Amino acid sequence: MIYFCQQLLNALQLGSLYALIALGYTMVYGILTMINFAHGDFFMIGAFVCFLLVTFFQLPFVPILLLSMLGVSLLGVTVERIAYRPLRQAPRLSAIITALGVGIFLENLTLAISPYPKYVPEVLPNIIWNIYGVTFSLLQSLTIGLAIILMLILNYIVQNTSIGIAMRAVSWDKNIVPLMGVSVNRIISITFALGSALGGAAGVMYALAYPMIDPYMGVMVGWKAFIGAVIGGIGDIRGAMLGGIILGAVEIFSTSILPSSYRDFVSFSLLLLLLLVRPQGIFGRARSEKL
Amino acid sequence: MIINQYIVLILMYIGINIILATSLNLINGYMGEFSVGHAGFMLTGAYVSSLITVLLVPDQLLIWAFPLAIIAGGLAAALLGLIVAIPSFKTRGDYLAIVTFAFNMIVKSAVENIDTVGGARGFLGMDRLTNPFWVIFWTIICLYVIRNFVYSKFGRGALAIRSDETVAELMSVNTREVKIWAFVISSFFAGVAGGLLAHLIQYISPSMFDIVKSTDILVMVYLGGVASLAGSILGATIFTVLLEILRPLQMWRMVIMPLILIFLMLYRPKGIMGLKEFIYFIPRRERL
Repeated sequence: MIYFCQQLLNALQLGSLYALIALGYTMVYGILTMINFAHGDFFMIGAFVCFLLVTFFQLPFVPILLLSMLGVSLLGVTVERIAYRPLRQAPRLSAIITALGVGIFLENLTLAISPYPKYVPEVLPNIIWNIYGVTFSLLQSLTIGLAIILMLILNYIVQNTSIGIAMRAVSWDKNIVPLMGVSVNRIISITFALGSALGGAAGVMYALAYPMIDPYMGVMVGWKAFIGAVIGGIGDIRGAMLGGIILGAVEIFSTSILPSSYRDFVSFSLLLLLLLVRPQGIFGRARSEKL
Repeated sequence: MIINQYIVLILMYIGINIILATSLNLINGYMGEFSVGHAGFMLTGAYVSSLITVLLVPDQLLIWAFPLAIIAGGLAAALLGLIVAIPSFKTRGDYLAIVTFAFNMIVKSAVENIDTVGGARGFLGMDRLTNPFWVIFWTIICLYVIRNFVYSKFGRGALAIRSDETVAELMSVNTREVKIWAFVISSFFAGVAGGLLAHLIQYISPSMFDIVKSTDILVMVYLGGVASLAGSILGATIFTVLLEILRPLQMWRMVIMPLILIFLMLYRPKGIMGLKEFIYFIPRRERL
């Protein structure tokens, strides 16, 4: 039982990281119906910004987190402005390929600048609490807490502010919204800024939890988070949160039963099964195509 | 002499990459699906053919058994292609991308856990059986088969699926049959390319065939242009040659490559050939 609770806590930690990244995928998809394959690399850049700030400026945790989020969201907005916006009217596939290209570019640029994996020094004091035999660290509780807070903020923005209303309107119908006096470009930029900031936050928390970072770390994590978003039903914000946490749970519990080298095998097989049973995802609406 | 060998090696890489790009173009270009797990089929072909040549066949028969081993690798990959084709009946676009990605990771992860084939350490012991003759042979076979497929009943069906799957079905295209054939043929040649590559560099490991490799093939296809055999040939050639020419830049060449892709997509979104085809690939009665 204690073991189970401990694993549940680990699952929540990993799952909330996946959920934060999945939110970025799902928000961009909801608005542009485009998979931003570079998002996993935004997450990687977040981890590297964290590394830079820790090693060269020795900043404490909160400024690191905020600056990384800011940096990554600037990156997201810039990438959208330079690479994605000119392709808004092009076929969907060109945008996806461009996103793949941006992702590879970011990976290899980071690799060219820092060829060796980097070690992120500890930022947080290593405090561990023990409640009824279940241990949890400051980092774990911060990760889970931060994920919950960020998701609540995001939920508030999307549901209650005028920007959020505009975002939902754009995802509903891109052609009508400009007639209502809403600048679609601005809304899309804001979406990218928000989504990338969440990815950056996940990057920082990931780098603190798993301190060896390398330029390709975003590829697998990004794809897994994307799968989480799809499981939840892509385009749906609650779905991305739930999907990310499900994915984290599957990974943690499969490694606690089987050898860890089976992790990817088990989690991907389970995901395929889930998609076979419910192809539109948990919260996704089954779209009937209009002819 | 050394330079000549080097050039021959590069030419063989180009041939293998042409096979990979044309076979992926069948699914992603002509049929308009989005498959991102092509390296999974490569891995299957590479391992099956290597296991046959290393473990099954006595040394003196290797030269004769090599083509058969390559075919066996292709068939094994085609079998997996058949399995992947089944989810493609219902899912399209992003969901199919996930299915193929998951397939790639499952195959890679499964091989990593089979200790008898070396697991994550990889597998070696193959002789260098791939020579220019076999590469050219398989490249021509691949181009011939895919070109004929594209201009057959099935190929037209694939084009119809790309335009609109529902309408294609209404026009009595058997979409399931078309998808099965496209996936089987595509994965067969990916397996062949994997087998050739394994017997060229004489070492394979699961991590060689992960999503990064699949992305490379995608880049070749979209660089050259979708739904165009000439595009795939060009894309594979340019990709391979450019990486070699830029070698003095070391790591930075890998930075330039995606930049080229991004600018190509921005200024010529259909790729270099842009749906056009080299005239000799088009059947005579259809040339305009």
